[in-house]
Amino acid sequence: MSRIGVFVCHCGENISRTVDVEQVASAAGEIPGVAYACDYKYMCSDPGQNLLKKAVAEHKLDGVVVAACSPRMHEKTFRKAASAAGLNPYLCDMANIREHCSWVHEDKKLATAKASDIVKLMVERVKKGKSLAPITVPVTKRALVIGGGIAGIQAALDIADAGHQVVLVEREPSIGGHMAQLSETFPTLDCSQCIMTPKMVDVANHPNITLHTYSEIEKVEGYIGNFQVTLKHKARSVDESKCTGCGICMTKCPKKKIPNEFDQGHGLRTAIYVPFPQAVPNTPVIDRENCTMFQSGKCGVCAKVCGPGAVDYQQEDRFSVEAVGAVVVATGFKLYSIDRKPEGSPIQGYGEFGYGAIPDVIDGMTFERLASASGPTGGKILRPSDGKEPKQVVFIQCVGSRAREKGISYCSKVCCMYTAKHTMLYHHKVHDGQAYVFFMDARTPGKGYDEFWRRAVEEEEAVYIRGMVSRLYQKGEKIVVMGSDIQVGVQVEIEADLVVLATAVQAQDGADLLAQKLGISYDKYNFYSEAHAKLKPVECATAGIYLAGACQGPKDIPDTVSQASAAAAKVMTLFSKDQLERDPVVAKVNEKYCVGCLACKKVCPYGAVEEKEIRDRQGNLVKVVAYVNPGVCGGCGTCQATCPSKSVELDGYTDEQIMAMIESL
Amino acid sequence: MHAEAKQHDFEPKIVAFVCTWCTYAGADLAGTSRMQYPANVRVLKFPCTGRIDPVFILRAFQKGADGVLVSGCHPGDCHYMAGNFHARRRFAAFRALLDFVGVDLHRLQFSWVSAAEGGKWVEVVTELTERVRAMGPMLEFKSLEHEEQWSAFQAMADVPGVVNTPELKEAYDKI
Repeated sequence: MSRIGVFVCHCGENISRTVDVEQVASAAGEIPGVAYACDYKYMCSDPGQNLLKKAVAEHKLDGVVVAACSPRMHEKTFRKAASAAGLNPYLCDMANIREHCSWVHEDKKLATAKASDIVKLMVERVKKGKSLAPITVPVTKRALVIGGGIAGIQAALDIADAGHQVVLVEREPSIGGHMAQLSETFPTLDCSQCIMTPKMVDVANHPNITLHTYSEIEKVEGYIGNFQVTLKHKARSVDESKCTGCGICMTKCPKKKIPNEFDQGHGLRTAIYVPFPQAVPNTPVIDRENCTMFQSGKCGVCAKVCGPGAVDYQQEDRFSVEAVGAVVVATGFKLYSIDRKPEGSPIQGYGEFGYGAIPDVIDGMTFERLASASGPTGGKILRPSDGKEPKQVVFIQCVGSRAREKGISYCSKVCCMYTAKHTMLYHHKVHDGQAYVFFMDARTPGKGYDEFWRRAVEEEEAVYIRGMVSRLYQKGEKIVVMGSDIQVGVQVEIEADLVVLATAVQAQDGADLLAQKLGISYDKYNFYSEAHAKLKPVECATAGIYLAGACQGPKDIPDTVSQASAAAAKVMTLFSKDQLERDPVVAKVNEKYCVGCLACKKVCPYGAVEEKEIRDRQGNLVKVVAYVNPGVCGGCGTCQATCPSKSVELDGYTDEQIMAMIESL
Repeated sequence: MHAEAKQHDFEPKIVAFVCTWCTYAGADLAGTSRMQYPANVRVLKFPCTGRIDPVFILRAFQKGADGVLVSGCHPGDCHYMAGNFHARRRFAAFRALLDFVGVDLHRLQFSWVSAAEGGKWVEVVTELTERVRAMGPMLEFKSLEHEEQWSAFQAMADVPGVVNTPELKEAYDKI
């Protein structure tokens, strides 16, 4: 027989006004298994807690029910008190007779009856409760950051500055990401490279950061505090330890006319190349598909001219395993391709806008490169087809974004601002030019953003036309843009020299595959899902994995940097302890009854269920059962409700406890 | 809502199975906002609606509940990512079974109440309570139990020495 103590709180008058607390206490004393019951004015006060502690000792209580406010309010308080009295904290529960009873009912008789019922429920629960010990897992104080754009760089620097080791992995040959491609940034128009490149150099020079460029995530195993991540280092064909970055290989390479990806295909590069002059690391990589040596076996010029002998045509992909305790995912975004429908994607192309077919229809990122001093035109706005300066430029917003019929219903968030910036940059560089913008709405929330947009309209003379473009076509040297101005209610036709499409921000290629490796969830657009939209915006539902930047959804630079620092702070919090302690509400498998159907594995949202082989002494396989990794289990209990043989049980919410509660109704 | 307390002939027993993250917190909010609703509901807290085994619902009905409410986070908002989807799917199938068994589905309510929806909690609970009150007590399980016991009694009719007469049945029914 249990010896439960019931403590009924008056909460001043909050409970006692509508609930007869003395009656609830005396009724509780009648419940079988209750050894002691009393009521007190303020249970959460010091004397109240002492009363509880004293009663536990005096009456040899083996469980406690505090009938007071919501457990969300004071469960920790009373569990701590119970623990101080020598009781297992998980044998202390709260009966919520304030939020769920006294505050919501006026009839004293009904409220008192309900309060008694609630106490009875909780007494039954505690009677069947078990002592639980918090689960501790060790923490490897080393972080992995995936993605070397501004988000990854910021997170890596913050964590490294706090004194922890960071492994930064970037799939491209250089870190920098999209921000390195931008010309100037809104709303201050400061040069992107000027603020970006020092951070890139900081990463390269930081003693706590190990940088792996041209590398990808191959496999992720383990759980919070204890991940084992296999990295694939793609063959660079240049030995990073020998290369001095002199660049002579690039000047001598005979293959010089390869479209440069960094300039959106508008500049040219060699087959052995660094993506851009400020690349970090400044170590070239051989593009094997375009290299004569790899294609025909005849050339080898770069190897001949390389002083330190760093060029290595035999190099192969290499794998390494990194042990880390936390992962920051910062894989960023890509821009919507409007001419081609991406394979397997629900998203339709925008063939009617002529991108890909008409050379002077470009996307926003290409415009950034044209406007950038380090770009293919040296910062002059020249149109791609004939290199002439465009005098009439049409910008079209929401291309792909907010177009449900095209498969994307979200707003890409940055386009309104960057289009306003583009009109300004254009106006600064082509004084006699005219910019037109077709837009649905100008969405400019952010510090100094609306002022910036107004400046584009009022001072920089951009003509904003509210309406969408129906069609555009080539007519001689011009591109005829046909659209509607819905404010005036007329059809508009503009003969443009250049058309810039503000295409939608999309999840990075392969984002879904990476998510599957990491065991994190993603939405239908392949953007990664945070644990809680409001209160856990950087955490993944998978413990130990954090999100930073546009991989979670379209974001501008300030938001990305904030989130990256937030993710870094979360990692530092995790690393502040040697052992992780977590609530022991986790599922456990009864191996005796488990038939190994693994239905639990299918429904587990955390991937916490593994297969476990049971062998006899001779090593013969007896059976396969499910095993729940307590470090990964989130404690939702879906496995238990699913298990056909009822052989998995969630501690703290066992069938026995719940059935006992229902029986007492 | 200071309606005078009405006297009802029948006070239904409503059992609510709720998840701790959304609906329980929503009910807390109804409390802190001092909203009023019928005192018939008894709340059982679960980590997630995904934890709720349909057997619990059956058991609640069997143990005298006149109405059952299952409520969790809105789809997509689950604290455990997908628990409420599993629950939704499970209960879609379970409803059909309950219907087949002969339980009036109006006695069973599923809803999504978020932590911010104290008002919705009040609405859902009030609506279900009043609906069930109008329907009257849930007798299906009780009559089933009655039948079972009678048939067990009848099975003993062949046993020598046990008398089985219409008078006896009448007497039994009066119990």
